[in-house]
Amino acid sequence: MTDQIVLEHVTKTFTTKELGSVTAVNDFNLTVKKGECFSFLGPSGCGKTTTLRMIAGFEDLSEGSIYLGGKLVSDRSKNIYIPPEKRGLGMVFQAFAVWPHLNVFENIAFPLKVKKFPKDEIRRRVLEAMHYCNLDGLEKTFPSDLSGGQQQRIALARAIVVNPEAMLLDEPLSNLDPHLRESMRFEIKRLQKEFGFTIIFVTHDQSEAMALSDRMLIMDMGNIQQIGTPWELYNNPKNRFVHSFLGQSNFINVDVRNGKVYPKGETSQQIWVDNKPSKNGEQVLACRPNMMELTKDDGFRCRIIKRTFKTDFVEYLIKVGEDSAIIQAPHRVLFKNGEECCVKIHNPAWYDLEDEAAEKERERRNVV
Amino acid sequence: MTNKDFLKLEGKKSGISMDKIMTIFCYVALIAVVILPVFMIIYYTFWDGSKIDFEMFRSVLFQKENLRAMKNTLIIAVFATLFATLVGVFFAWLLGRSDIPMKGFMKFLFSIPFMIPPFLAAMSWDMMFSGRGGYVNKLLMSLFNLANAPLNINSIPGIIIIEVVYYFPFVYMQVVSALERMDPTLEESARIAGANQMYVIRKITLPLTVPAISSGVLLVLITSLSNYGIPSMVGYSKGIFTLPTMIVELMNRSGGSFVGIRQAAALSIVLVIVVAIALVIQRRLLTHGRYDIIKGKSMRPMLIKLRGAKIPLLVFSLFFLTLIVIAPIVMILLVSFNRAYGLPFTMENFTVMHYVNVFTKNAMVKDSVKNSLFLAFSAGAICLVLGTMLAYVIYKVKPKGGTILEMLAVLPYSLPGTVMSIGCILAWSGAFFGISLYNTIWIILVAYIARYLSYVLKSSSAALQQVHPSLEEAARSCGASHYEALKDVTLPLIKPAMLSGFFLVFLPCMRELTTSILLYGPKSRTLGVAIYQLRINGQINQAAALSVITILLIIIMNNLVKYITRDRRKL
Amino acid sequence: MNKIELNNITVRYGTNTVLEHFNLTVEPGQILGIVGPSGCGKTTVVRAICGFIDPQEGTVSINGNIMYDRAKRINVSPEKRNVGVVFQDYAVWPHLTVYDNTAYPLKKHGVPKDQIRPQVEEALRLVNMSSYHNYMPSQLSGGQQQRVAIARALTSSKDLLIMDEPITNLDAKLREQMLVEIRLMQEQLGTTIIYITHDQEAAMQLCDKIVIMQNDGSIAQIGTDEEIISNPANRFVFSFVGVSNFLPVIKQDGKVYLDYDEKILLFDEVPAEYPAADRADIGIRPMDIVFDETSPVKAKIVSAVFFGNIYSYFIDIAGNEYRVQRITSGNEEDEKYVEGLEIGVRFLNCKYFDREVKN
Repeated sequence: MTDQIVLEHVTKTFTTKELGSVTAVNDFNLTVKKGECFSFLGPSGCGKTTTLRMIAGFEDLSEGSIYLGGKLVSDRSKNIYIPPEKRGLGMVFQAFAVWPHLNVFENIAFPLKVKKFPKDEIRRRVLEAMHYCNLDGLEKTFPSDLSGGQQQRIALARAIVVNPEAMLLDEPLSNLDPHLRESMRFEIKRLQKEFGFTIIFVTHDQSEAMALSDRMLIMDMGNIQQIGTPWELYNNPKNRFVHSFLGQSNFINVDVRNGKVYPKGETSQQIWVDNKPSKNGEQVLACRPNMMELTKDDGFRCRIIKRTFKTDFVEYLIKVGEDSAIIQAPHRVLFKNGEECCVKIHNPAWYDLEDEAAEKERERRNVV
Repeated sequence: MTNKDFLKLEGKKSGISMDKIMTIFCYVALIAVVILPVFMIIYYTFWDGSKIDFEMFRSVLFQKENLRAMKNTLIIAVFATLFATLVGVFFAWLLGRSDIPMKGFMKFLFSIPFMIPPFLAAMSWDMMFSGRGGYVNKLLMSLFNLANAPLNINSIPGIIIIEVVYYFPFVYMQVVSALERMDPTLEESARIAGANQMYVIRKITLPLTVPAISSGVLLVLITSLSNYGIPSMVGYSKGIFTLPTMIVELMNRSGGSFVGIRQAAALSIVLVIVVAIALVIQRRLLTHGRYDIIKGKSMRPMLIKLRGAKIPLLVFSLFFLTLIVIAPIVMILLVSFNRAYGLPFTMENFTVMHYVNVFTKNAMVKDSVKNSLFLAFSAGAICLVLGTMLAYVIYKVKPKGGTILEMLAVLPYSLPGTVMSIGCILAWSGAFFGISLYNTIWIILVAYIARYLSYVLKSSSAALQQVHPSLEEAARSCGASHYEALKDVTLPLIKPAMLSGFFLVFLPCMRELTTSILLYGPKSRTLGVAIYQLRINGQINQAAALSVITILLIIIMNNLVKYITRDRRKL
Repeated sequence: MNKIELNNITVRYGTNTVLEHFNLTVEPGQILGIVGPSGCGKTTVVRAICGFIDPQEGTVSINGNIMYDRAKRINVSPEKRNVGVVFQDYAVWPHLTVYDNTAYPLKKHGVPKDQIRPQVEEALRLVNMSSYHNYMPSQLSGGQQQRVAIARALTSSKDLLIMDEPITNLDAKLREQMLVEIRLMQEQLGTTIIYITHDQEAAMQLCDKIVIMQNDGSIAQIGTDEEIISNPANRFVFSFVGVSNFLPVIKQDGKVYLDYDEKILLFDEVPAEYPAADRADIGIRPMDIVFDETSPVKAKIVSAVFFGNIYSYFIDIAGNEYRVQRITSGNEEDEKYVEGLEIGVRFLNCKYFDREVKN
């Protein structure tokens, strides 16, 4: 069995008083392999949490079917619905959901007690799980005396103590401060290596998703936009939405004539790009700030409008035709405000004007 | 030094500031309404006029009559608390976590007992179930051909029943709000861990609501221990006494004699000790502090499907609520329109005569409405000013001994009303500065202020603590002086809380019986006292009519509060 | 025109000294950032300027007028210091409309009625809140409330604003936007702004000059963004501004070696800025450690994490872990540096610091 979690044509429709019928998840197809770490990423309200809760069994499906480890657990048409407690999953929630009336040991022992494991077996496995999660010596402590990071480790230990085949993580790091977030991320990765469980990780934080997952998907308004490795999604986005949602991007209006790229409304010099558009005419050049190279005298000539120091790099604001663009460069590549420079653009993507207009409209609606 | 606005540092500190005046005023007021009465009870109990005397206290403690009252009080309190808790938790779970229909309607019914004074409820239950004379008893006897009354309310179980139906909403309210605030993922993670529905309820949901249940339990226990209205309404006629009713009885018997008053004072101390023990036990039982069960993401909890049990549970709940909430009100209404108590409810017995009589033929009743309105308004207003001032002094001025001020202000809240009244009588019948308020309306006012001051203090200080210092500092940096910042920013911000504090005092004052029954004089009867006396005098129909009027007044005021506070929240 | 001078300020709370003999001059017409870890006393500095605390020692003067002088017993009360303050929690009065909030300072300063409206409108226009005159604060988002707070501070004083972590409570996108707006507003009005933050990145983006305060309440460095990045005054500044690696080095026979049990040759020449002692530390940014097969210094990649625009690595040199970052190139090169790889590394832009004694 190499396919751990399979979703086929999963659809979820809600009916609310205000909006009528709303499709939260639309025809969702996904196969997550055993031992894979898979992330759902998307803006809030895109349906990622609903999908996760359907896998967990907290929500029923409107259509489609879900298989866990080859076993059918949800299917509306066949009237199959296995309750959450019988799906054999581990789950970690955003708000930790550690039980405050039980001490650390009792919290972690809970899943084993429910399954009526013998006492000494429980003790052995809980202590082992605590050890893996760096909770040694805290058996008798109550969660309220522990930090957020430690509480989330209890939740993790409670999930791994039964050795689940798959683990569902619902924004488990969002309630932690940035510093802790990074170390917890490493911890999750390490545990996965140790135990080999499959992970589905729901988040709205893209750097978290990219750092943690083998593959991920981006969702919007109930639909899957693209599935792939983080690198594929970042470097070869399938559409304009994925391009602007994942990472920073510059969008520059250009006019392509005879395969030569000119900024819109400018004919004096062409833009240096390392991959040519497939067609001529007005279109939009999309490129990442980190893939624009600043040089002294090779490439598209322009002027630094504003320079901003970031902790990791310097950001330069330049103008290309009518559009402004941001360039990221290491601190050691230093230009001054107003200084002349040249730009080379690597790996650009090309979008039609209609895509651009549609996306602008979408963003405007989101802001409102 | 070119700028004439420059202030000398010393100059700023000279003179008595507004803050200082308020602090002193708060101390004086609390000494008058709290310290002196409490002190006088202790003084009378242990001082026989010439020397310290414990003998008196001992003899009161071991008097047969008093021992029996003590036993009754404890039995009633323990069982009423136990059953009220069971019923309260059951309904809280039913409404908070199951998919039972008609939740809105049931929630409305739960709020009604809060509006009806306990002694009125007791009176109505007495009308329904007192021995062979109660209307419901009569009906049941004729229906089923019974020789004896099925339920005799004038007994200790009877008192317990009334207290249970009257007090279980306290527990319900606490628990249901805890359930609503509880993060649903706490229960969901137990499901994922492999636990089924029932196991989750037993091992997760219930334990997590323990703090809420226990604060509900404490509330019921203390209220039951110090309740006067219910045991006096249904127990007095059968000679069933509890500590509060016994204290009042001793006070009445004394006829003003020194020894009699000392006995009442001594018994008050016994009651206070019992309440204090209850408080201590509750603290001990609550092992690990307060749980943090607030929500993470806003998600509705999964409601438990009752399936087949849904309809039977619904029918049972509605029947139960009808019996305990609607029936008493209907009974009082019916009696108030009936020609004479005991006659069957038929059309020819219908009359509005009692309403007319209550207002035209009875000076006592007219006085009582006037008195109660006056007392409620002035107690509300005085508590409003004093309580807010206290809150300001305690939380913003922060003088040395601020915690003492707070303790003093909250102390009367946990003292039984009967005890507080005795203290007021002892302190303000000429014991200090020759001031005698006895038999006047003013002594009732003093007692009301002492009892309800903490309500305003609580609501105002909660609001005051919400006013972040930066709001005042912002005003200062905008050119406002300390006084202007208070007037323009702080006061308007806590106004809604002050206002609701006023009504928090006003409403209980309107329906007060426990305190006023001891303090009233010939011209200072309150609504509660008037109803009580009409009832004792056998003018049951008029008592019912006045009760209906009282309930109406309370409902109107209550809705007024809701209207006003809702309006404010919109801001 | 609105020069602020703090002289010899000392503030103590009980036995805890927050500021000791603190001196600072703020030049008019610029944005001065005060940056430091939490608890370093940066908020105390501005509270002393506003008059919310009375220092035990020292003088505060605004625009040449003495506002506070302990020795001469002068203390101008906060409402008369003419300082606009923007607080972290907005402190917009919830019972007043946007208009009334903004008009309050004008009323308190006795501005004639007919001049109030135009000034309020101008202030609200500057913060893009013109269409919200009659809104109550509870109807506004956090960002909008903070705009109202800025407008109110502007009507209170156009010349001098103090902003105490004004954007910390906003989400990342809004923070960025507010920074741009604050800058634009300052450029239009020429206001002097003192901007308090613990976020060095925001300070570098917004401020003309940055004061970096250390934990003990002293100033570590005052300078422009470039000066602070390129010439950190000391080890604290270097490690406070961004992620930093410190490697031990030793100077021997005119060469610089990495100072591990086994010495690894780093540079053939000792640079001029090398400290006097033989043993020193180099401070280096993750971006300035670059992979280079030809380098003699070898490292092992412990982990590689992809963040889109950058790759973040932990590398191991002689049993010590260091952080390395690389800007993503978008081609095959990205896939080359995987976990477990042995590779040469080169060190660019090293800063030299005295060896820190570890306890």
